[in-house]
Order: sequence, then C-alpha cells, then structure tokens
Amino acid sequence: MTSGRLTIGAFVSIDKDQLQTLLECLQQVGYRTIGPQVRDGAVVYDDLASVNQLPVGQIDIQDGGHYRLEADESAGWFDYVVGPHSLKNFLFPARETIQQLTLQDGSWASTTPEVEGPPLAVIGVRGCDLNALKIQDRVFLEGPYVDPHYQARRERLFVVAVNCRRAAATCFCHSMGAGPAVSPGFDLALTEFTDRFVVEVGTDRGGEAMKTVPATLCSVEDIQTAKDVPKQLEKQMHARKPEDGHPQPRELDTTGIKELLLGNLQHPRWDDVAERCLACANCTMVCPTCFCSTVGEVTDLTNENVLRERTWASCFTGDHSYTSGGVVRPSVKSQYRQWLTHKLASWIDQFDSSGCVGCGRCITWCPVGIDITEEVAAIRGEDI
Amino acid sequence: MSRKPKLGVFKFASCDGCQLSMLDAEEHLLGIAGQVDIAYFLEARSHIDAGPYDVALVEGSVTTAHDAERIQEIRRKSKTLITIGACATAGGIQALRNWHDVDDFIRYVYAHPDYIQTLKTSTPIADHVQVDFELRGCPISVEQLVELITSVVLGRKPRFPNESVCMECKRQGTVCVVVAQGTPCLGPVTHSGCGSICPAHNRGCYGCFGPKENAQPLGLLRDYQSHGCDQRQLVDLVRNFNGYSPEFREAVEQFETSISSDNA
Repeated sequence: MTSGRLTIGAFVSIDKDQLQTLLECLQQVGYRTIGPQVRDGAVVYDDLASVNQLPVGQIDIQDGGHYRLEADESAGWFDYVVGPHSLKNFLFPARETIQQLTLQDGSWASTTPEVEGPPLAVIGVRGCDLNALKIQDRVFLEGPYVDPHYQARRERLFVVAVNCRRAAATCFCHSMGAGPAVSPGFDLALTEFTDRFVVEVGTDRGGEAMKTVPATLCSVEDIQTAKDVPKQLEKQMHARKPEDGHPQPRELDTTGIKELLLGNLQHPRWDDVAERCLACANCTMVCPTCFCSTVGEVTDLTNENVLRERTWASCFTGDHSYTSGGVVRPSVKSQYRQWLTHKLASWIDQFDSSGCVGCGRCITWCPVGIDITEEVAAIRGEDI
Repeated sequence: MSRKPKLGVFKFASCDGCQLSMLDAEEHLLGIAGQVDIAYFLEARSHIDAGPYDVALVEGSVTTAHDAERIQEIRRKSKTLITIGACATAGGIQALRNWHDVDDFIRYVYAHPDYIQTLKTSTPIADHVQVDFELRGCPISVEQLVELITSVVLGRKPRFPNESVCMECKRQGTVCVVVAQGTPCLGPVTHSGCGSICPAHNRGCYGCFGPKENAQPLGLLRDYQSHGCDQRQLVDLVRNFNGYSPEFREAVEQFETSISSDNA
C-alpha cells in the first residue's frame, strides 16, 4: 500500500470499490462531484453522489441520429462512451447572467455577478473531451479577452479522466489525434480492468486527492498493461472493424483538410447536404468545442432593472449572421458550409488546431443523422 | 412622461387560451396595468374604449363573414397590430376544415344547421390585413407575452430568438426523444418559445409554435417514415394547431402525394 501524497506521473492500482472513497474525498474537500449516469435513455453528466449511480454494465449503440443503451455482460463501469452532454455544459453554461444594471437616481449602477457554487470535479472525462476542454481554453482564456466566468470555473476544475477501452461507431477521435488515450491535462486518469482501476496521477492536486484512497503502486509491467488498453482500442479503430451487428466505425481523413474544404466552397455536396439538413442546430449545441453565444438585455417593464444575459447561439440561425443590412448567411447551405469549414478548416487559422475532436456527438444527435465524416469524404471525392 | 400606450385585446375564432395566458401573467399584471392603458379587453373587463389603439393584440382566426369585416375595422383603428397564438397566426386547429367540405361538418354536428353561418375556411389574420408582429404558440407563452408588452412600452424590438425547439432542449440538457427513443418530434422544424416542454416530459414536440425559419418539414417526415413511423400519424402530427401555416401545409401536401404514389 502507498501512503502520503502521490507524485505526478505515479501509477497506482485501486480496488474498484475504492472509486467511492475517491469520490467522497473529493466531496469532503468541497468539490461538487459530477459524473455519468442514465437519464431518459442516455448517459448524461449530473451530480454524482455515489458510484452506484454510474451506468455499470451498460454500453451505448450510436449511429447517425441514433442512440440506445444496452446491458452488456462484459461491460464494466465506463464502457459506454460520450452522451449528449460534455464539460461545456458546466464550464460554459447555456444561459448565464453576465451583468446586472439598475437605474438609481438617474444613473446606471452595474454589477458583474461572481461565479457562485463549489468547484467542480468531473468523473469520467474521455480523451476527446479533454481535448475539447483544451480547445475551449484557447477560446475563452487566451488572447486579450479572457472570459472571467469560464476562468473562475476552469481554474477550480478537477478532472478524473478515463481511458476508453471501447469505441462507439460514431467515434473518430483516432482520426483527430484526440484519443482514445487521454492526454495530459487531467488530475487523475483511470484505466479500467475487471477487478481494479489503474490510476495515473496527472497533477499535485490529483496526488493529494488520492492520499487517503487505499492503493498499491504499479509495477513497470502493470503500467505497460494499462497504457496498452487505449493503444489496443486505437488499433481497432484504425481497422474499422464493426462490433457484432453494429454499424461501421467512422474515420476522417484530415490530410490537407483546410485546403480541401476552403478550395471547394462551390462543391455540389453543399447543395446535397442542405437538402437533408434541418438547420435545427443540434450539432452545434452538442459539440464540445462550439462556443458561439449571443448577448441580450432582459428588462423589466419599468426599464430600470436590466439583466445582460449570455445564451448559447448557433451558426444555423439567421440571427447569428445578422448585421446592419441583413442576414449574411440566410440559407441552410451557407449555414452548414460555415459550420463545417469553420470547425475543420478556418479554426486552424484562428486557434492553431482543428475545432473537431472526433467525439461523434454531431453525428449521433443530428435527428436526420448527417455525418461530418461522410460529408468530408464526399467533398474529397471518395465513394461513400 | 408621455401618455401610456392604449392596448386593445380582440378575440376571433379561438378558445380564449391566449387571452387567458395574459391573465396568467399574475405577478406582472399590476405592472402591465400601470404601464399600458387597457382600453379593450372583454375577457378581463367590461369597460369598452372604442379606440383608436396604439397596439391591438388579436387572438383567433377568421371564420365568419362578420369577422372578416371586423378585422378590417380593428386594423384601421390600430397603429400596431400583433397576432397572438396559432389561430391568429396560422388559422389554428379549426383550419382542419380547410381540407374538407365545411357543410359536411355542419350537417353532422348541428341539430339545426340553418343557424350556422360560417366561411368555408379558417384563415390567419395576415390573410386579411397587414400584421406587424406574430406571437407564436398554442397557447402563447406568458413570458413571451410579458416581453412583448415590455417591448411595446419601451419602444424596442422584442427579444424572441428565431430558432428551433431543439436549441431550447439542448440548453436545458434534455435528452433528444428522437435520437434516444425514436419518438417522432417536430422540434427540429418548430419555432422555439415554449421552453421545449414536451420533450422535457418525454413527448415529441407537437409544433405548437409553428415553423421556424428555413423549416424543412418534408425532409423530417420522410426521415421518420424511413425509420418506420406510421405515415398517417405523421400527417396528423403536422396537420395540427399550425397545420395551415404555409411551410407545414405544403410539406404535408407533398408528403401525402408521395404516400399515395407509393401506394399506387
């Protein structure tokens, strides 16, 4: 058994039940613990009081416009992948008051609400979502305009990541270099085995949190076995072998993707996808990196009390591109093209990385199953 | 301070539910009464001010010759005319008559059909007069109504996002009933504003707020059909409170044509 704080880079083995101990340790030091659980037929993120709430023994069957949970005898504690929620729901909430204005004695008094509530500890963050977090960090924290609310939540965030050992057919993190192995940025990372978790310590905070969790230091062989789990999955994902009776796994060829997409702005495929796309904006809402918002004032009848509210917005509405003189992108075709070319091409110029982490949410949660990997392949001229 | 805007609330063929939404705005009512002069609102008070009005809120559709004349008079007397609800905006559930012979209904329903004087169609207010703004919903949302009246009082544009019900679902964290349960839902083609009540209670959206911008209901119906949904049920789903709105009407007519050609 270990004792004392574990150092960064340490690998320890814990009994599965000890995940509850870790959860309680986090709660005791003041974290609000969030984790995966089943609600209305899907795995969502919500308050996790106990590991008993985890969707143990469940897997998710995902395809374009399709999501179903199934019980699976061989499934462990984390063998479902990502659901409709991501860290975005917590760090960049869908609705937020960013300023309050009150008219007092003929002049406006302004206050900026502080971020309230305890710090968040999120359990079960996958490689794709950890990369999405880093992308949102670039959007909200880098450059001259730092978002104070995002910053306040982000700095206190505790991440317990999980190395996936199973992929859904909609997953293509391997194509985007975003998984399945978790990359640095976690406080703790779990790799699941039948009777135990191997825990990798990513930060001093992570080591501190493990202090009272009964754990055994891993041998070199143990560490290698743990590292092989996501590597093995990555090999399977590259092979694109479907699970029994399940859809063909995705991949996305990113070779020269910026030039490919920006050089094909008049490709007939944009008309084709515009026939199918409903511009319902689900893809942008579930995307863990999409960051567009709109800001508006909510006033009372007297106009003396004003709330300035920020709300998730989407490039699939006319409002999004409304400027003096009209809407810049009124058609579904121009809206879809804007979304895809920004996500996969112009994002690279803007933030020095792709805006896509291959989590597949936009494919699954599109009600008509439009598939970003298929659209790119079509523009590349591949047979679909 | 300038005088309070004079408000008239008028009823045409409707269930009164949208006018009741105004009375449901309980905690706002005193504030509203303090900011606007409620000049005509028979649902709420017997006092009648013959106009003219700064703002007319019109509930209901036009189904009689008398109403077709009355709306012209209200328009003449009102600076701004705003329709409230699906009846006034799209013809309402009573527009189902528009696909049938209204005389058949009259014969079946009424013991003395000769007492009934009605038009063959139920039509939205905008088919008769210029409408300045449409407040969607069956019924309208109390919050949106308060925002509308606030914007009238303050002389600014009302803040109503033109977007799908899906966006409200996702902001609330509601799991999609289409994707996770295979339930047909009109959310992807329907205007937001209701707070996506139905999907939050595990039901598909009924399209109470009518078509959103760029709505493509035909594509959605064909997709649901390809996943095994019953064709007639899909027609009934769209041909509902807002079934006579141009976008929903045309989509269902094309969808029905494709059904009959499939069956031929």
